Amino acid sequence: MIEIRDLYKSFGPLEVLKGVNLTLEHGRVMVIIGPSGSGKTTLLRCFNLLEIPDRGSLTLNTVKLDFAPSAKIPQRTVLSLRQQTGMVFQSYNLFPHMTALGNVMEAQVTVQKRSKEEAKATAMVLLGKVGLAEKAAAYPHQLSGGQQQRVAIARAMAVEPEVLLFDEPTSALDPELVGEVLKVIRQLAREGMTMVIVTHEMKFAADVADRIILMDQGVILEQGTPQQVLEQTKNPRAMQFLNRLGREE
Amino acid sequence: MMMDDRQIQIFLDSLLPLLKAGIAFTLPLALVSFILGMVLAVLTALARLSSWRIPRLTARFYVWVIRGTPLLVQLFIIFYGLPAAGIVLEPFVAAVIGFILSVGAYSSEIVRAAILSIPTGQWEAAFSVGMTRRQALRRVILPQAVRVSVPPLSNSFISLVKDTSLAASITYVEIFRKAQQITATTYEPLLLYCEAALFYLLFCSVLSALQNTLEKRLDRYTAS
Repeated sequence: MIEIRDLYKSFGPLEVLKGVNLTLEHGRVMVIIGPSGSGKTTLLRCFNLLEIPDRGSLTLNTVKLDFAPSAKIPQRTVLSLRQQTGMVFQSYNLFPHMTALGNVMEAQVTVQKRSKEEAKATAMVLLGKVGLAEKAAAYPHQLSGGQQQRVAIARAMAVEPEVLLFDEPTSALDPELVGEVLKVIRQLAREGMTMVIVTHEMKFAADVADRIILMDQGVILEQGTPQQVLEQTKNPRAMQFLNRLGREE
Repeated sequence: MMMDDRQIQIFLDSLLPLLKAGIAFTLPLALVSFILGMVLAVLTALARLSSWRIPRLTARFYVWVIRGTPLLVQLFIIFYGLPAAGIVLEPFVAAVIGFILSVGAYSSEIVRAAILSIPTGQWEAAFSVGMTRRQALRRVILPQAVRVSVPPLSNSFISLVKDTSLAASITYVEIFRKAQQITATTYEPLLLYCEAALFYLLFCSVLSALQNTLEKRLDRYTAS
């Protein structure tokens, strides 16, 4: 279970998160939507401490972190939290000097100290899962964007995280490649993977989310089931955002 | 230039001594200095990128001093100056120390730029799977930075091979000093210094070819 309480984050004078509260049960999928600059990516990056919040608290299962501007989070805690989360980035960020297999093996060997054989076996299973077993020996530049992102998903899953975080996983992809990545994410959702997804794909969001969070200007405007947020919201700013998206589609 | 028989004979007689001086003295000096200098360069680059003040400032000071003073003057201080302070060094040792300091300072800038050229996304991807800063650097950042820095570092090495001729001035008998010695007995400066130049040209051409091979090998994971 993940719980976030009163989370605040500023970059210099710019207050990006202004008191965010949310809870995510194990095995559920949360989708975060909102206009650009609303703080959704920053919020996601607080889950694995790529951004350290200024104030508030983050609970992941039994670990509870309290943030304060003066208190530094111990490195050990940061690392252990990151090993319980996996992240998929908008621009894939695969390691270009390693093969697809190497990318998925890397953290298992370097971080988790598994043997090479064990890491390889796990990596092959994961690559199979994202439909890329036959591309194991390919370097990232030899793969399409969609394939790279699927390898990135396998890499994120290799440390067996409690939760997978997706930061606009399809935004950098050519339209015809979006489907194959969303298919993999849908499959993970069906298997009960806990996920937090920042996306602009509204149809996908409505489809895959157990819970949708609509952010604007650093606060959560609406949260609830897809139906509650996308169809029944009474919040004028939320309605404005959804209408604008509706017109674009 | 037209050469008479005597000059041709001197030219031919000098080939072997100069080649020997190159292989036994110029190249070892260049190689040892470069390898140890690169270790210093990486450490200096990491110190300059450190979040701690003391290593950062120390590294900046070191680079500032070495880059701001002539290599020849540094060699003179080490070889002719230090004995006054009770430190007497062999010519080879003095030269190696001078060149290590030089390579360390100049190449640290190349290594630093190469590390900074790796996109932040690579750091974040490494952190997101639970790596420490050190693991990220060793497994993800440095391997890519090495690829970026091969062309400029190869240039540094080729420059270094030529700079080793400065060691002649501190009595280290490498190619250039050997040529000076032969000149002293034959009175053929134009001939001997051109011959020495040919050897530098030869060594540097071989190194350029090696650089190309190395770059091609490292190219296998880049799209370009």
